[in-house]
Amino acid sequence: MRTSRPVLLTALAVVTALGLGACGSGTPPASPTTGSTPGAGSATGAGQAVVLYSGRSKDLIQPVLDAFTTRTGITVQVRYAGTAELAAQLLDEGENSPADAFLSQDAGALGALAAANRLEPLPRELLDRVDARFRAADGSWVGVSGRARVIAYDPRAVPAGRVPTSVFQLTDPAWKGKVAIAPTNASFQSFVTAMRVISGEERTREWLRALAANEPVIYEGNGEILKAVDAGRVPLGLINHYYWFELAAEEGVEVVNAEIGWLAAGDPGALVNVAGIGVLRGADGAEPARRLVDHLLGAEAQRHFAEKTAEYPLIAQVPPSADLPPLAQVSGPRVDLSRLDDLATTQAMLADAGLT
Amino acid sequence: MPAALAALIASIPLAYLVLRATANGLDPVLQVLWRERTARLVGRSILFAALVTLACLVVGIGTAWILARCRLRGAGAWRVLLALPLAVPSYVAAFSWLAIWPQLEGLWAAVLVLTLTSYPYAYLPVLAALRSTDPALEEVSRSLGRGRWRTFATVTLRQVSPAAAGGGLLVALYALSDFGAVSILRYDSFTRVIHSSYRAGFDRTQAAILGCLLVLVTIVIVIGESRARGHADRARTGSGVRRTAAPVELGWWMPAATVGLGGVLGLALGVPAVSLTWWLMRGGSAGTDLPSLATAALTTLWVSLLGAALTVALALPVGVLAARSRHRAVRVIEQLTYAGHALPGIVVALSLVLVGVTILRPLYQRTPLLVLAYAVLFLPSAVAAVRGSVVLSSPRLEEVARALGNSPRQVFRRVTLPLATPGIAAGAVLVMLTCMKELPATLLLRPTGTETLATELWAATTVGRYAEAAPYAGVLVLLSSLPAALMLTTRGDRRG
Repeated sequence: MRTSRPVLLTALAVVTALGLGACGSGTPPASPTTGSTPGAGSATGAGQAVVLYSGRSKDLIQPVLDAFTTRTGITVQVRYAGTAELAAQLLDEGENSPADAFLSQDAGALGALAAANRLEPLPRELLDRVDARFRAADGSWVGVSGRARVIAYDPRAVPAGRVPTSVFQLTDPAWKGKVAIAPTNASFQSFVTAMRVISGEERTREWLRALAANEPVIYEGNGEILKAVDAGRVPLGLINHYYWFELAAEEGVEVVNAEIGWLAAGDPGALVNVAGIGVLRGADGAEPARRLVDHLLGAEAQRHFAEKTAEYPLIAQVPPSADLPPLAQVSGPRVDLSRLDDLATTQAMLADAGLT
Repeated sequence: MPAALAALIASIPLAYLVLRATANGLDPVLQVLWRERTARLVGRSILFAALVTLACLVVGIGTAWILARCRLRGAGAWRVLLALPLAVPSYVAAFSWLAIWPQLEGLWAAVLVLTLTSYPYAYLPVLAALRSTDPALEEVSRSLGRGRWRTFATVTLRQVSPAAAGGGLLVALYALSDFGAVSILRYDSFTRVIHSSYRAGFDRTQAAILGCLLVLVTIVIVIGESRARGHADRARTGSGVRRTAAPVELGWWMPAATVGLGGVLGLALGVPAVSLTWWLMRGGSAGTDLPSLATAALTTLWVSLLGAALTVALALPVGVLAARSRHRAVRVIEQLTYAGHALPGIVVALSLVLVGVTILRPLYQRTPLLVLAYAVLFLPSAVAAVRGSVVLSSPRLEEVARALGNSPRQVFRRVTLPLATPGIAAGAVLVMLTCMKELPATLLLRPTGTETLATELWAATTVGRYAEAAPYAGVLVLLSSLPAALMLTTRGDRRG
């Protein structure tokens, strides 16, 4: 048998590789894996640890987590990846998940986990700090920072006075071929889902068809849209407000050409979505995880979101950055963000309209 | 047996896909398959893969021939440099091109960018094959009156065709699975839709159904390649020792060859280098966190090295069998190993998440499982390399060794393995370079808190901090030159 020849060699190599791997897995600077002894209630959480899956990137959240560790002594082991990828991972892991908490970039992913009964309701005291619009009705998750949908425009192509203030104006023939959208992106689909909830299925369907007929320019994400608008390739684009502030921070405010147009209050396009957090059902570190939620909803962390990431803080005591109009003014439609997890119908509509 | 083990490991994603796709019964399956859009996606993806493959073969064979057979100043350096673009992640290349040429988008843009990052899949095995085949056949052809070009077309190409076909297959499958280039350059392919199923809908069923379809497409391509490969004998059977080819004097063609090689390199490495430097000088997020850069670099080297080791170990039995046996079961095993390469990384990663939390709980989110994911993803690179190099040595030699009283194991160690070493080394380098830039599986399966260069690069680019990303990309390419240089220069010296 020819097969028998490489048996030993292969077996040996496999075993060695796995063995080396097992030894090596401790070598990279992973945080110490201390078993989370239930020291709940004690003021210092030294020795405790939280395993956090974060769809929010390191740049945007690590300083806040470091402050939490300094304050409480609780170690945070963070796994950074895309929000949707982590949601899929958490759903596949099921009850075996090593995660204690999930910090998501949008409410939809948290809604999907809550629908699969993977989140444990949070204490009322934590939920009550945030306006009911920005948390789950069943208490399974709570928003920690908010973002508004806005129109990015190229002032060389569109004078400030002519920038649309409602998404319903975008189907006007005047904007034919001039509007950039990211229909495969979660933030766009969340906003269309919100429109379905507020304006009804039929009106949304009509709007999507009219939008498609108006030959929009399709991009993959908000960042690409803003770059295209900034470079003068497209006059208008629908994005989340903080992308503009990221670009301004990276390139310098003076070189950024694109500007932001705020939609009228109540317009479905002006949806305010949140990044939020939920604690996993049956997690070993549920108690320290709740303390992390408490920290994220504290004044210090909320000020960080307001000042460093140009987002909307969600607790009443902390005002947004001076560059932003107050949340009440940009507040779009009143809509239960938990209901924005039904993206399947939205996707079917987008496909029907020929947008994806 | 070990070949079966390799096939078993490689089929993990398949089992996962079938499980997920049928989780809600067969109705959604038919619904997705029946959509007109699905058929269009298949067509678009195949067109894309075909164009990228063709372009990579032209570039890969052309550069390999010049560097293996022509007298050229600095050939050693060229050989190493031309392997490096493999280390450039396709999304970094795409961003670089966009920075220089913002209008770039669509099919041709994606073909250009993906060709420039994947031609080494063809270049490395063809170079290895050219350097270990006997020039005697070509000399005979020349002496019988065929010109240089006809000899190249009829003899040389035929000799390297197993290596080239293997490389072309890898390119095709990689093109089907790539997400970076198509998403950034906005070409609507299969992978892009699979990703958006996860991203926007948390819809694992639709993603899995499309994944199954992608596997079917892969099987068709793999079978096509094995038909095209044929069963001709490529080994040299004459007596005496194989010689090194007398280098072709390029004469007036020398400048043209240099410009050609330089052009490929300039587009594939120069463009990213220029963009990275530009971001670094201009960006507000510049300023490197040196300790995290160093740890990420070490971690990357470590896990990629392990990934390459395990992958090659698993590929050896499959590749040797594929080269020597024509049994149907062997073909099935070989073809199974290709599944991982055509599937988007996220699918392979999720399949190992499931295996990890259910069967291999102690290994979950630890290095061994990540290394296993690399093996599943990149097994085909190594299998193709092993097979491509083993077919070049004659089975007669093994038979002689057996007749002289060696056990099968001794024959393998003393004859088969040494003869195939250059090709296998090339395969190992290929796998290692690909592991170094791998992103989706690394994100989901790395130990919590561990970062590689690719994950750091991703973290910086997702928030638009290109200046912060630049050093990670730079180090990634520099580190990749180590294994490439080691493999390509030491052998050259020993032989020269």
